[in-house]
Amino acid sequence: MKILINLFVTFFKTGLFTFGGGYAMLPILKDEVVTKHKWATEDELLNYFSIGQCTPGIIAVNVATFCGYKLKKITGAIVATLALVLPSLIIITLVASVLSHFLQYEAVLHTMRGIRVGVAAVLIKIVYDLGKRVLAQSHFIKLDCCVFSVALLAVVFLKISSVFVISAVMLFSVGRLCFERRRR
Amino acid sequence: MIFVKLFYEFFLIGLFAIGGGAMTIPFLFDLSDKYHWFTAQEVTNMVAISESTPGPIGINMATYAGYNTAGILGGIIATTGLVMPSLIIIILVSRALKTFECNPNFNFLLKSLQPAVVALVLNATIQIAQLSLNSLLPFLIFAFILIFMRFYKTGSVFYIMLAGVIGYALKL
Repeated sequence: MKILINLFVTFFKTGLFTFGGGYAMLPILKDEVVTKHKWATEDELLNYFSIGQCTPGIIAVNVATFCGYKLKKITGAIVATLALVLPSLIIITLVASVLSHFLQYEAVLHTMRGIRVGVAAVLIKIVYDLGKRVLAQSHFIKLDCCVFSVALLAVVFLKISSVFVISAVMLFSVGRLCFERRRR
Repeated sequence: MIFVKLFYEFFLIGLFAIGGGAMTIPFLFDLSDKYHWFTAQEVTNMVAISESTPGPIGINMATYAGYNTAGILGGIIATTGLVMPSLIIIILVSRALKTFECNPNFNFLLKSLQPAVVALVLNATIQIAQLSLNSLLPFLIFAFILIFMRFYKTGSVFYIMLAGVIGYALKL
C-alpha cells in the first residue's frame, strides 16, 4: 500500500511539473525514481524511455505504466498512469471552464488571436526540428522523401485521414520488411 | 452515445499518435472535420493551452477536447481513451519479456513511419497558419516571432505568451 501511495505521489508530481511531455519529464523522474526511491537504475529508466518511444502511445504514459507495472503489477501500472494524468485533468478542466466565460471580452479575444499566431510559429519550429532529425537518422533518404511527399499530398489535397495514412505506411513498411527478408 | 464515440476516437489517437505531443494535432483536425465537436480554430486554442499548462501535451489536448465536447465527464472519458492503448500495450510488453529491448523489425517499422509523421504534423501546421495568418498584421507578428526564435532560445510557452502580449497590445 505504501508503495502504491509513493507511486501515486511521484507520478502526480511528474504530471504537475512537466511542461511539454516526453523527455521533459526525464530529470524529475531521475530524481524521484532513481535517486530517491531506488525503484529503477538510471539505465533502466533510459531503457523505459526508448521502449516508450518504440511503442505506440504518449511516451510519458508509457514510462509511467512501465514503472508502475514493475513495482506492483497491473494495480501499480494503473495507479501510476492515473496519477500522471490527474494534474492535466484538473488543470485543463479548470482552464477550459473559465476560458469560455472570458472569451466574450475584447481584450481576451485580441490576446487569443496573438496566441494563435504564436502557436503557428512554434509549430513551424517543431516541424523543422522533427524533419531535420528524421532526415539525419534516415538510412533510406530517397525512399523516406517519397513517403513524406506522398503522405503530404494525400493529406493536403485528398484530405485523407491521419489514421489511414499511418496504417497505409505501416502496411507498406511491413511489405518492405518481408521483401528484404526473402531476398536474404 | 457521444461518450462511446469520444472514447473510441481518442483510443484510436492513443494507438496511432506515435511519439505523442504534437503528433496528436493532426488527429484533432481530423475530428473537427468528422464530428463538428469543435472547430479548427478551437484546435489552435487547444494547442496553445496544452503547451502553456503543465502535463504531457497529448493528455492536455484530450482533456480539453473532451471537456469542450461533453463537459467534465467528456474530459475524463477522452483522456481514458487516449491512455488505454499505452496501458494495455506496455503491460503486455512487460509480461512477455523480462528485459525488453526494441525488436529490430519493430524498430524498423516505427522509423519508416517517421517521414509520414512529419508530413501529418506539417499539414496541421499549415492549417493552423492559414487560420491565424489571415491578414498583414498577424503575418508580421508571425515573422517577428520566427526571427526572435533564432536569436533567443527558450521554451515554446514563452513565444506563445509573447505573441499573446503583442496581440493584446496591437489589438489584433
